[in-house]
Amino acid sequence: MRKASRLSRFNIASLALGLAFLYLPILILVIYSFNASRLVTVWGGWSLRWYHEFFADRAMIEASWMSLRVAVASATIATLIGTLAAVALSRGERFRGRTLFSGMLYAPLVMPEVITGLSLLLLFVALNAERGFWTVTIAHTTLTMCFVAVVVQSRLGSLDRSLEEAAMDLGCAPVRAFLSVTLPLIAPAIVAGWMLAFTLSLDDLVIASFTTGPGSATLPIRIYSEVRLGVKPEINAICTLVIALIAVVIVIASLASKLSSSQGESAAPL
Amino acid sequence: MTDELPGTDVAGRDARPAAGEPLLRIEGVAKTFGTFRAVDGVSLEIKAGEFFALLGPSGCGKTTLLRMLAGFEAPDEGRMLLGGKDIAQALPHERPINMMFQNYALFPHLSVRDNIAFGLKRAGMARADIATRVAEMVALVKLEGLEKRKPDQLSGGQRQRVALARALARRPQLLLLDEPLAALDKKLRENTQGELMELQRRLGMTFIIVTHDQEEAMTMASRIGVMKSGKLAQVGTPRELYEAPRSRWIAEFVGDINLFDAESKLRDGHRLVIGTRDAGALVVAEPREAVGEGKFSVAIRPEKVKLSRRGPVSAAGHETAINLLDGVIADICYLGGTTTYKVKLDTGGMLQASVANSARLDVDAYSLNQHVVAWFTPDDCVVLPS
Amino acid sequence: MSARRIFARPARFAAIAPYVWMVLFFLVPFGFVLKISLSQTAIAQPPYEPVFDLTAGWTAIRSAFAALSIDNFRLIASDDLYVFAYLRSLTVAVTATVLLLVIGYPIAYGMARLPKRWQAVAMVLVIVPFWTSFLIRIYAWINILQHDGLLNQILLALHLVSQPVVWLSTDTAMYIGIVYSYLPFMILPLYATLAKMEPALEEAASDLGAPPWQVFWLVTFPLSLPGVGAGVLLCFIPVVGEFVIPDLLAGSNSLMIGQTLWLEFFTNKDWPVASAAAIVLLVVLLAPLLLYERLQRRQLEEQ
Repeated sequence: MRKASRLSRFNIASLALGLAFLYLPILILVIYSFNASRLVTVWGGWSLRWYHEFFADRAMIEASWMSLRVAVASATIATLIGTLAAVALSRGERFRGRTLFSGMLYAPLVMPEVITGLSLLLLFVALNAERGFWTVTIAHTTLTMCFVAVVVQSRLGSLDRSLEEAAMDLGCAPVRAFLSVTLPLIAPAIVAGWMLAFTLSLDDLVIASFTTGPGSATLPIRIYSEVRLGVKPEINAICTLVIALIAVVIVIASLASKLSSSQGESAAPL
Repeated sequence: MTDELPGTDVAGRDARPAAGEPLLRIEGVAKTFGTFRAVDGVSLEIKAGEFFALLGPSGCGKTTLLRMLAGFEAPDEGRMLLGGKDIAQALPHERPINMMFQNYALFPHLSVRDNIAFGLKRAGMARADIATRVAEMVALVKLEGLEKRKPDQLSGGQRQRVALARALARRPQLLLLDEPLAALDKKLRENTQGELMELQRRLGMTFIIVTHDQEEAMTMASRIGVMKSGKLAQVGTPRELYEAPRSRWIAEFVGDINLFDAESKLRDGHRLVIGTRDAGALVVAEPREAVGEGKFSVAIRPEKVKLSRRGPVSAAGHETAINLLDGVIADICYLGGTTTYKVKLDTGGMLQASVANSARLDVDAYSLNQHVVAWFTPDDCVVLPS
Repeated sequence: MSARRIFARPARFAAIAPYVWMVLFFLVPFGFVLKISLSQTAIAQPPYEPVFDLTAGWTAIRSAFAALSIDNFRLIASDDLYVFAYLRSLTVAVTATVLLLVIGYPIAYGMARLPKRWQAVAMVLVIVPFWTSFLIRIYAWINILQHDGLLNQILLALHLVSQPVVWLSTDTAMYIGIVYSYLPFMILPLYATLAKMEPALEEAASDLGAPPWQVFWLVTFPLSLPGVGAGVLLCFIPVVGEFVIPDLLAGSNSLMIGQTLWLEFFTNKDWPVASAAAIVLLVVLLAPLLLYERLQRRQLEEQ
């Protein structure tokens, strides 16, 4: 156990400044979303005016709805496939093409989005697929399943192998041992993986821009085109709503993972 | 497949070998990891009701052998017969063998009760029977009142008991214990040793324990197999291992010992007179197996060595205590119950003597640089091939 | 058969679905990028030729192959716009990564020195902004940095400047945006290695007579190098191809490669040149990508 005395004044200062740097801009954004003034930077008192404008903006609402559907669908598929990938990597012995497999899983984590987006678009064009909900969903699944795989794999890696052995010793066939012991123990990581996939999908601009079709813009695409034209108070309101939504998802998911496991220590996103 | 194996019947209605009958036969089992031969041709027979210990330094292959019995590793060669059926290739869940893991491997997401019931549910036992059996097990390991706790709410000793109860719940034909006490502190470990022995006797079950602690093995086991570099070096009762070690390595691994390299030997009736460089001529009882032509040494346990200021007092002592060695006390190590003296012999060697501190006031204690006579009988000496 | 292998067979079946998915949606698309980068621009839908038409028979495919050319790559190599964009991307990525390391290290170090239960809290605090939308965080900075934004208001109120400073559309704004967005990616791997470090090592160093700064340079920093490597790669690679941050925060007189690619694709509708730009970008990033992949795999499999 580290003692508090190891903290120097320098340590405390860098922590405080770092956290302030991370949080202040978001805080300012949230506060200004309640600004009554049309001028973004002049404080005109508290108001919900921009939230009303947002809910009256059909295009924005449609884009939000599209983004939510894509996020839920892609996060769910990505969690399923990504968990399978993590299991294969951490429990399967060497199999043919394993290096290629892990390479394909880790590369998208850092691959510039313009490349991923462009390459997927060219695939969809070659397949003559109609671009819209499903193409964006597939693209997001491809990206986010890698994050799910990493989160789940790191949890699987830190899991004591003798727990699975104990389950087999007590009469479980391998698959059964996985389902009754491993799965409940990695559940928090799977939940965290879903959350991460959900927020990454909700967040993505570049890949969605490439892979979506006319008339089915996602929320980030709409926000981006508005922002390019200048700051609008309505955007502050939308951003605050998105932040609130993500906060709710995080709280629900962390409560769920606390309930599902006494261990409390869910895997970190990275 | 399950049906073909003996004793997977958790209810315990199956015919099991009676105590003293052979239960497990290991025949020429070997296991190689890469180029490392972890287990190298081990053959062993274990009788029902035995408390058997596999003892050896780390990396000697004892854990690999245990894991092969549990089914986590499959042997490359050899057979493992349990009640006459070869289980070498059976999967872990198909064996009537349970294991207590070194770190206990308690399922952190399950309560004490569910941990113990885990194996019973897998065996398809009726709910009511499971409840009865769990209650029985909880009482057996004295964990009443803690059934609803999760493993992280238990102390080390309590966790150890849950692990034991969980492994025993299925009434396995054979219980494997992998360093079961390694995580406990000394006092608790000693108490638990006694409890484990008591439990094993009461249940009449067969235990195989893996340990690197020779004292633990000697205390608990009825028989010990000492392993070295993947091979069984010697199998025997604790007394046999201690008093009649088959090799110099075993003599040194099990307890402390004085060793003197032999340079010559002479027969004198039922005795051998052995010339050593460090301790002069020593008279030893003729070993049961004739000493071969190779190098050998004479071994004496420190507690067999007596010390006195002027040699043995009684005449009778003189007659049997033929080995008399003069020296001075070079080092004193007080251990509470005993004191170990290192005697620098006039012949040049060093001899350890362990003397019981039978009186509280140390009128008999020797002091540094004091001249003493060390003596021991020919029967206390063991001749060992080097 | 070993314990691992008992699990291996079912686990291998688990690989099938993700394997097929990644080959189909990650590997195969690169084939298309490569192929189209060798094609010619055309005013058509899709806007390039030749188009492989598998129904047209063998000769058609042969002639399509013959029509492939490396003109696009020649264009990229000879056009100053592209050469400068690649150079700028690398410069920006190196500068930003150094900034991130210098800013992120003290924070990670402070986290690792917190009492255990506070460490978990600090970790959550660092991760949470990462969960909130990337675009929103950039937008938050536009709010602050614009002409009559909060920063200028404060500076004016404090009389540090006499008239508003131009922040937006400058490299400063872009670096702020990059550091802000990528900071968690730098902090987390650094923190992971620093937190794992045995505190006794630093204590031993000071016990052996090293003053604090030597303890840091001779013990702490060398031992944290794996974390530094992971953090640097995790930031450097995506920053090279970054599009949103330079597009929204930096000026438009010099572009990064992600922006030129975007322009070629969306504005000029020149898919072949955009594909060729992507291929070149990929080649530039190949070495760090392979390094990162090895690091990631070793880290995950050593646990």
